[in-house]
Amino acid sequence: MSTIAVSSEGPDLDARVDPRFGRAAVFIVLDPHTMVFDYIDNGASQIRAQGAGIQAAEIVADAGAKTVLTGFVGPKAFKALRAAGVGVVQKVDGLTVREAAIRFASGMLPLDQAPSHRQARR
Amino acid sequence: MIIAIASGKGGTGKTTVAASLAAVWDRPLAIADLDVEAPNLHLFLHPSFSATTAAKMEVPEIDESSCNRCRACVAICQFKAIGLLGDAILTFPEMCHGCGACMAVCPQEAIRSGCRTLGAIGWGHTPEGPFLNGRLSIGEAMSPPLIRLVRRKIGILAQAENRDVILDAPPGVSCPAVNAVMAADVVVLVTEPTPFGLFDLELALDAFQSHDRRLGVVVNRAGIGNHDVYRLCERRKIPILAEIPYQDAIAEAYARGDIIARVHPEIQSRFIKLGQRLRISNNPSRCAPVREAHHA
Amino acid sequence: MPEIVVLSGKGGTGKTSLTAAFAHLARGHVICDLDVDAPDLHLLLQPTPRRSETFRSGHEARIRAADCSRCGQCVDLCRFDAIRGDDPPVVNARQCEGCKLCVALCPQAAIDFIPRHCGDWHISDSRMGPMVHAQLRPGEENSGRLVAILREEARKLAGNLGRGLILSDGPPGVACPVISSLSGADLAIIVTEPTPSGRHDLKRVTALTAHFKIVTVVIINKGNLNPEQTAGIKSDCCQRGLPVLATLPHDPSVTAAMLAGKTVTEYTANGFSAELQAAWTGIQRHLNTVARKE
Repeated sequence: MSTIAVSSEGPDLDARVDPRFGRAAVFIVLDPHTMVFDYIDNGASQIRAQGAGIQAAEIVADAGAKTVLTGFVGPKAFKALRAAGVGVVQKVDGLTVREAAIRFASGMLPLDQAPSHRQARR
Repeated sequence: MIIAIASGKGGTGKTTVAASLAAVWDRPLAIADLDVEAPNLHLFLHPSFSATTAAKMEVPEIDESSCNRCRACVAICQFKAIGLLGDAILTFPEMCHGCGACMAVCPQEAIRSGCRTLGAIGWGHTPEGPFLNGRLSIGEAMSPPLIRLVRRKIGILAQAENRDVILDAPPGVSCPAVNAVMAADVVVLVTEPTPFGLFDLELALDAFQSHDRRLGVVVNRAGIGNHDVYRLCERRKIPILAEIPYQDAIAEAYARGDIIARVHPEIQSRFIKLGQRLRISNNPSRCAPVREAHHA
Repeated sequence: MPEIVVLSGKGGTGKTSLTAAFAHLARGHVICDLDVDAPDLHLLLQPTPRRSETFRSGHEARIRAADCSRCGQCVDLCRFDAIRGDDPPVVNARQCEGCKLCVALCPQAAIDFIPRHCGDWHISDSRMGPMVHAQLRPGEENSGRLVAILREEARKLAGNLGRGLILSDGPPGVACPVISSLSGADLAIIVTEPTPSGRHDLKRVTALTAHFKIVTVVIINKGNLNPEQTAGIKSDCCQRGLPVLATLPHDPSVTAAMLAGKTVTEYTANGFSAELQAAWTGIQRHLNTVARKE
């Protein structure tokens, strides 16, 4: 099973999924079968005037993730993730990182084909 | 002379003042509406539009074959308009401010100058002179480049024919408004004598006051509120260039889309005086304030 | 959590005065001023800040005179005409967009790139309920991010305090800050006036709310200034399926209330206030419809 990245409100598996992708507090990068994980602090995104989503796409792509689990991905970040060959699963906020990863590993979370409407042009 | 009509917030009568001042101006004139998010001056001056051109800004176009993925452009771009995703180099033109930094730093010269459309420029004519307006596309966020473009075009046009310029600036005191008034010789701030007017005028004075630019205030709807706006101008040594009294008949004329200086001879003479005061001199100290007796 | 945003496109239609009155009628909900450029709501609600934060965004260039060789390259390079003079050149911070071009190419490395203090935001108490508001510094770019921060803080606050509604005074215009104020909103109230500009801008704002599929209602303020234009706006709205919840007259009590530092519904119980009360009832009805759909 390939590596996934989950936008998270904290640096461990029991933190909640951060609904924001670009301005997520942390990215948890993990192997959903072994649950071996690492985390990347994304706090710097908070002071970015713009382009946090694109920046985040670069971060998770550089970390080797093949899929991102998050709340909402805007159109520009979606385009960036797609170019990097990273799949996107949206609307997994409300779960913990661990729960999201387990659901993904069991095939319960299909990939999204389009960016989310609600975050459009944020 | 370039005169920018501005205000700390919308709805104070900025466009009314711009239209009326244009209507009484007695030198060759060119007029531009720089309120590109909500261009409304044409609704009062009724120019006949002869052409509409696309308003474009420069954005990078990367030649993927000569790009060696060195990241120099990605690193310098402060607006995240270029991303390197794995091996894919992507541009996000809607993020670009058009600063040219990526092109300047690319060691491979792999970045060409492309362009994208922000909106349109309307080219028209009124009896008062040539008229331009910028119209930002709906959903487009990047207004300053369009404002700068229209400002530059009207500047060239006016200079060639030795015309004065009246600019209707966007309301507010943020980046677009500053971009609009930047090249003006005089900024006319339109306010109203209310607490909202006072607060917004103070912000506008902070934003636009500069050693190389004259500032003056037009009090619109004079008589509806209190005297705090006058006290502020006195304290900050800003001349009050004109007062336009509040009358139902004026508000109704405005609502009809009439130029108020054309409807009332008494209002017309106030605008003629305003024009004269603006032309008096480039010396701020000679731009004497007009205080009418009942406010003294 | 339902979120209502009050917009107008054109300024001066009475958006803020009406928002303040609704804040009074709704009492106890979270109030948010998203006009960070020229915020006026605080003039009517007199909030007391409990917490204030600095808003930093992007950077600005600053030339160190001692290290500058006066070569003038930065002056020529800057596309924003933000650097002027020659002994030494000086960056006008209000015009600098923080692109870093001059910083990167200065042969003397004499230009610093410093974080930009763009404004401040506050969480306050007001007599109408908790309030989130901000002030951008003059000349700063309103990227919409400060608007996004305020909305996020308002949501947190509403969640923590168990308030059922967020009522926001939206930014003017139709650009980035307005777009930012609309993402995820449940209901947009557009306050317009029967003037050529009012009618023109109403079309632009409703195009935007339609684009984001947000339920939109319209209030015509100062309707008696031009009955013909008022009728025109009503037919525009009818064609687009937008309910006109109220047509309010031009009423001097709006300015009088402003001078007294009060909302118009606090200031007087006249006919105008009664019509506002009726409009607020209509807004609540529409909000319930939205809530049921969700």
